[in-house]
Amino acid sequence: MAGRRILGLALVAVACMVAFLAIGLRGDIAFVLQLRAVKLAALVQVGVAIALSTVVFQTVTGNRILTPSIMGLDALYLFGQMLMVFLLGGVGYATLDPQLKFAAEILLLMALACALLLPMLRRRLDMGLMLLAGVVCGVLFRSLQALLARLIDPNEFAVAQSASFASFNAVRTDLLAFAALVTLAAVIVVWRARHVLDIVALGADAATGLGIHWQRTVTGLLVLVAALVAVSTALVGPVAFFGLLVAALAERIAGTVRHATLLPAAALTGIIVLVGGQALFQHGLGSGATLGVVIEFVGGIVFLLMLLWGSRR
Amino acid sequence: MIRIENVSLRIRATPILRDINLTIPKGGVVALIGPNGAGKSSLLSLIARLRPLQQGTIHIDGLPVDRTPGPELARVVAILRQDSTVASRLKVRELVGFGRFPHGRGRLTAADLEIVDQALARFDLTDLADRFLETLSGGQRQRALVAMAFAQDTDYLLLDEPLNNLDMHHARELMRSLRAIADTRARTMVIVLHDVNQASAYADRIVAMQNGRIIADAAPLDLLTPDTLETVFGFRMRVEIIAGKPFVLHHL
Ligand SMILES: Nc1ncnc2c1ncn2[C@@H]1O[C@H](COP(=O)(O)OP(=O)(O)OP(=O)(O)O)[C@@H](O)[C@H]1O
Ligand SMILES: [Mg+2]
Repeated sequence: MAGRRILGLALVAVACMVAFLAIGLRGDIAFVLQLRAVKLAALVQVGVAIALSTVVFQTVTGNRILTPSIMGLDALYLFGQMLMVFLLGGVGYATLDPQLKFAAEILLLMALACALLLPMLRRRLDMGLMLLAGVVCGVLFRSLQALLARLIDPNEFAVAQSASFASFNAVRTDLLAFAALVTLAAVIVVWRARHVLDIVALGADAATGLGIHWQRTVTGLLVLVAALVAVSTALVGPVAFFGLLVAALAERIAGTVRHATLLPAAALTGIIVLVGGQALFQHGLGSGATLGVVIEFVGGIVFLLMLLWGSRR
Repeated sequence: MIRIENVSLRIRATPILRDINLTIPKGGVVALIGPNGAGKSSLLSLIARLRPLQQGTIHIDGLPVDRTPGPELARVVAILRQDSTVASRLKVRELVGFGRFPHGRGRLTAADLEIVDQALARFDLTDLADRFLETLSGGQRQRALVAMAFAQDTDYLLLDEPLNNLDMHHARELMRSLRAIADTRARTMVIVLHDVNQASAYADRIVAMQNGRIIADAAPLDLLTPDTLETVFGFRMRVEIIAGKPFVLHHL
């Protein structure tokens, strides 16, 4: 039954990819196809990265409302990026190898995310407090980023801005190959951890009783989440509610909280929403910029509904 | 054997456990009694390494609980906590199956499934096996949690108020089951009980705690006397011996 649902999702996902490549093909077909294939690869990665990072994050924090971006992790990534421009100077930053930079940014985010989230998890803040802390962190990092932006001179600011102004419509394809490696590695680790994630979902005490080393496991999972958030933020910029939308949909579709089903369901749902949506808006309706807005709008409504219904688990 | 030596616990400078020394040999049922806040749950959490050990040592079959790798210890000791809340979108069978995690890291073999089925049957859950936990009553959920601890198939089982929410019939069945498991498989049960008569009927030994200390430790017949009960619980109650076992008439 769960297998059939996953198969169904996989078929829809493939159909979305074909639609993305095929709808409204015109002109130099080989050239356009190549462009689209590159972008498709990026969107698939982002869909998978956001979906998996959200599911893992929700399992670790023990709720279904918080997501890495609601907790300000993507703002943290952009702050880290700006910090590097600030420390290295615009020229230094621009002349660095992009992949090296990306690797450094990923490591920075991993460290910052652990420093920030582990104390919160250790104190076992309840959902409301975590949410509040997340909002505060998000605002804080955005303001810090803006402050750094004021402190550096305009030329350097242009460098930083061009680095951080990715979106669904303007994907950073130069990082694609390296990002793909990171995503693939993370996907493999997450999949191998699927049984452990089932146990982690039971909470710290139950998991410890079943032999999980809680601190070590949670730290490892947060590092993984940070890597996935870094990938998606680097490629398409921050997205607030996409993860929430995908995780909520995937749980409904999968009909279970077991990660062996939930993880593939979430990854495929991520691909369907992102690639299918982009095919519809960019190639079908000719207005690619709107997908981000629509996803945030729908995701925001889902977020509010979940808050109102108090579906905390 | 569980060996607890010189264990003390403080939470924010408040002493919770004071210099606990206790040895529980392998095999048998030990009941842990005492008023609310005596430290019973805290002691069990320390034995099951749910809380870090601050002072003293605890060994289970020679394994120091604070330094033994988690999975290894999880094959030796299982705990049922007093306030277990679990994600609700799980089926009873899945939850009980999680008890097998320490043995196969999540992959259930035919032997594992057999043990899960036995646990379901033993705690009268076979008909409920495919129900979601959120659709169960409090007592049914409690039985599912006990079944999960049982499926862990460990030599030592720590149960913190397993009779919570259970009706008379299921409370009796559970205690008889635990007794039978202890007798036939040489398992060791440490059970926190508030009903001293259950302790009297099923335990080999009763350990009474109060205010972070062990203040009495003896067989039911020796421990359940009006004097000892008064020191533990703070009021006098009548005790009658029926069929060779002491029964405490605390409501009279
Ligand atoms: N996290 C905590 N912070 C502060 N005090 C705590 C904490 N946990 C337990 N205590 C205190 O430790 C003491 C022992 O608690 P414990 O839960 O071990 O009691 P208990 O014997 O299991 O009681 P009960 O019969 O009510 O379950 C209590 O006084 C309690 O208030
Ligand atoms: Mg207790």
